[in-house]
Amino acid sequence: MAKTMAEKILSAKARKDVRAGEIVEAEVDYVMVNDITAPAAFDEFEGFCTPPLEKKMVLIPDHYVPNKDVASAIQAKKMRDFASKYKIRNYFEIGSGGVCHQLMIEKGFVAPGRLIVGADSHTCSYGAMGAFATGIGSTEAATVFARGVLWFKVPESMKFEVNGQLGRHVSGKDIILTIIGDIGVEGALYQSMEVVGDTISALPVSERVTISNMGIEAGAKACIIPPDAKVDDYLKGRVRDTYEKVYADKDAEYSDIRKYDAKDIVPVVAKPFLPSNVAPASEVGVTIDQAYLGSCTNGRIEDLRVAAAILKGKKVHEGVRMIVVPASKDVFDKAMEEGLFKIFSDAGAFISGPTCGACLGGYMGVLAPGERCVSTTNRNFIGRMGHMESEVYLAGPAVVAASAVAGRIVDPSEVTG
Amino acid sequence: MKSHFGGKAWVFGDNVDTDQIIPAEYLVTMNSAELAKHAFVKVMPEFPVNVKEGDVIVAGRNFGCGSSREHAPRALMGAGVSCVIAESFARIFFRNAINIGLPVIEATLEVDQGDDIEVDVSKGVVRNDSSGKETTFASYPPFVMMLMEKGGLVPYTKERLGCTRSE
Ligand code: SF4
Repeated sequence: MAKTMAEKILSAKARKDVRAGEIVEAEVDYVMVNDITAPAAFDEFEGFCTPPLEKKMVLIPDHYVPNKDVASAIQAKKMRDFASKYKIRNYFEIGSGGVCHQLMIEKGFVAPGRLIVGADSHTCSYGAMGAFATGIGSTEAATVFARGVLWFKVPESMKFEVNGQLGRHVSGKDIILTIIGDIGVEGALYQSMEVVGDTISALPVSERVTISNMGIEAGAKACIIPPDAKVDDYLKGRVRDTYEKVYADKDAEYSDIRKYDAKDIVPVVAKPFLPSNVAPASEVGVTIDQAYLGSCTNGRIEDLRVAAAILKGKKVHEGVRMIVVPASKDVFDKAMEEGLFKIFSDAGAFISGPTCGACLGGYMGVLAPGERCVSTTNRNFIGRMGHMESEVYLAGPAVVAASAVAGRIVDPSEVTG
Repeated sequence: MKSHFGGKAWVFGDNVDTDQIIPAEYLVTMNSAELAKHAFVKVMPEFPVNVKEGDVIVAGRNFGCGSSREHAPRALMGAGVSCVIAESFARIFFRNAINIGLPVIEATLEVDQGDDIEVDVSKGVVRNDSSGKETTFASYPPFVMMLMEKGGLVPYTKERLGCTRSE
């Protein structure tokens, strides 16, 4: 029986042959929780009569740390206390950590063929490495701590084929926003996306993560990219345990197959209040109050390099506050070594340590009524980064950096010439 | 699980995301009653003030999209909401609701704000008492039905682990 990547991985982990539509209990490789979702998981877990499966667990405080207030301090402390009570090794304190999804990938938890769940919706990011990864709730996470298994409905799959050479300033972010603009925010609801093609193979792993990261914004359960030698290279020296690459069979069944020509994809922006509200950056033109570079979507070193190349020797527009948030300590250190911070700082940007912070309207960069932010993050829902009457425009790092300089949303070529 | 319940309808449109259900700044507690005070506070400020035990949320497509926060279904449970009926659900919200025992039903209803709604899960029927219209919905797959009957994923997990006897 020919299978999709989702069917293959879930069959392997359920130890039986399963197809789309079936419900299975499958063995999870890793389960991740963050400071927002962990406390409820711990409370539920304490009701189970078993020690936690420590090896499978990863605890990452990132959303409201460094603690934003007393309530968030209590949540973060709960995490630290739980980790020490059960001797959980994979706990990443601020100073050695960062945004949960970036860390899961950097620290080698993610590898091809694995089944990974996380109590955070952007867990689907790990599909970029050929894993089946999906977001779950806190209660589910607690049951995985206890039993190591979880129920899954094997999803149908949709295939997205992108071929050809991307134009200047066009990145993985533009590819995924274009796809979401095409299929809508529920275009892949309950389904697994498979994103393939020579354009995707040519992308660095970092930009593939951006693509998988936003699968959930089309409603997808997972967003998988076939793993290749670039993934093997990335994993060398960092991956935990062995792994086996899994691929879809040639005649696997898809609910839909869509093809895109890379040359039709331009730098785009998703306007408020849905990630599917996509338009070419050159046509948006609105003035902005803030530019945000960071998050699990686009807070990697490659993203910072793109922005720095545009900002070098330029100034952030006087009406704009620019905030740069590397997604992890590793990214932070690299950016420092490469002199990117000097470029950002000279341009007048504010640089923060790794945190989710303003990405979810948490703190450090929250928007006032009527303010507009162009952001490399993944959601532009009503009130996402602050007041209900504030607006978020989603874009890739090139558009964000160029718009920060221009003071309004522009195509990067307007600034780079 | 109760199989028959109902109350007034609170009607929402498409793509109601979890930031609307419970904004991020209130995610510092897991207490359902506390969360309920802020449910829909940005988009429908009268909701947390006027919602009554048994009331039903009726929405369009893709209800509960966005973050994986279980605070969202918990806030609704804390507010006394007896079930959510939507044309379709975002999958994490759907799972979270089932796993914590909040009934979620996929159906397309004709309903006005404040209509009286009755739901019979065992028969698979939603009745709008204000208009007299009945709508049927498909039953859950057996595994999901089993979870709902046991009261959610926690009781099921306790049973599988053999922790239930001591309670
Ligand atoms: S960076 Fe933003 S999207 Fe990513 S995990 Fe943090 S809050 Fe969520």
